[in-house]
Amino acid sequence: MNYTFNFDAVIGSWDYLLQGAWLTVQLSIGAMILGLIVAILCALGKTSGPKPVRWIINAYIEVVRNTPFLVQIFLIFFGLPTMGIRLSPDLAALIAMVVNVGAYATEIIRAGIESIQKGQIEAGLALGLKPLQVFRYVVIKPALRTVYPALTSQFILLMLSSSVVSAISADELTSVANNIQSQTFRSFEIYIVVTGIYLALAMAFSALFAGIYKLAFAYDTDRR
Amino acid sequence: MIRAFSYNEFLFLLSAVQWTLALSAIAFVGGATVGLFIALARTSDVKAVRLAATGYIQLFQGTPLLMQLFLVFFGATVMGFDLNPWAAAALGLTLNASAFLGEIWRGCIQSVPRGQWEAASALGLRYPGLMRYVILPQAVKVAVPPTVGFLVQLIKSTSLAAIIGFTELTRAGQIVNNATFQPFLVFGIVAALYFAMCWPLSLLSARLERRYAVATR
Repeated sequence: MNYTFNFDAVIGSWDYLLQGAWLTVQLSIGAMILGLIVAILCALGKTSGPKPVRWIINAYIEVVRNTPFLVQIFLIFFGLPTMGIRLSPDLAALIAMVVNVGAYATEIIRAGIESIQKGQIEAGLALGLKPLQVFRYVVIKPALRTVYPALTSQFILLMLSSSVVSAISADELTSVANNIQSQTFRSFEIYIVVTGIYLALAMAFSALFAGIYKLAFAYDTDRR
Repeated sequence: MIRAFSYNEFLFLLSAVQWTLALSAIAFVGGATVGLFIALARTSDVKAVRLAATGYIQLFQGTPLLMQLFLVFFGATVMGFDLNPWAAAALGLTLNASAFLGEIWRGCIQSVPRGQWEAASALGLRYPGLMRYVILPQAVKVAVPPTVGFLVQLIKSTSLAAIIGFTELTRAGQIVNNATFQPFLVFGIVAALYFAMCWPLSLLSARLERRYAVATR
């Protein structure tokens, strides 16, 4: 091994890397929130919608889960403009991420909703709660609590797979790394540092999710 | 010059499917071989071995697959030899698959009731025999549905090899799209081909899982 490591290129473009990492964080959080909304609506439609709605949602889930994320990005970024919808790379990346995570999260949340016993809902209605209140307090909150670990690990996978959107040059962390690499040719040094940043982001997100769990879901369910 | 999308272009995409399948097969065989050792290490009685395996799994599950491919691809140059994109993709995907399979199979090994381990060692079986004749045959049954499910993930992951320049299905799609400029049609067909590979496996995995759930009820 006659290679001398040289991290000057990485240190010199540290600000640029941090900007990329910040966009990765923004894209990920944006896609998590929007994807969660999509998933709750789809899970509702799948568990209690009319047959055609259920069929469409099923098709959406199966198509997304059985095709690569990269191909989904290409379809959105290159395909939509031919229909007259022009998207910036960042927006196309966000849409692709929402579409992708929405499908996976729908299945997770559906499992959570199905774990709620009928008697709970009936009890809620009998106590005089309105259907929307029953949905909010009796169905969705306990459902999210049950599937919380699965849901948050899906979100972390989403953050990691966001590196793939560099293929359409959205300015996130991997794209920034590609740019620095093509100017300095210090490929290995840059990618090893960027891999470390992703690892740190993954750990930060799982700490954040643990904190959210404590705030929102750490209530005692055994109280009688 | 822009070419029309003809039967020839379709055949080109179709023939690229074999590279996607070949890459998936290599990564699966390699990943399964290494993954078995990872799973054994992860369930080992020796703390240091267990920690090393846990670290390995967390490293691969906590970083993007694309970065892993880049590091293998450029790392080989650093070590002083040249890997072509094909070998880099195969090696990168193998390492990645081994971490995921190792973690899936760890769960399967641990799902074998403790009494089975105790009974086997009471009968005088040492670790190799205990694993080979008692634990693994029972763990395999549990392992089949999630392993088939993982195959779907693996086939989809091979699309990232396109980014480091290996011509499998997705890269073939990019090449055809650059020549014909019909992104919807081209990537629609590419997506359909992936779907045709993955969907049957997804259905199979779900069916096996249901059958297993009935068997253990």
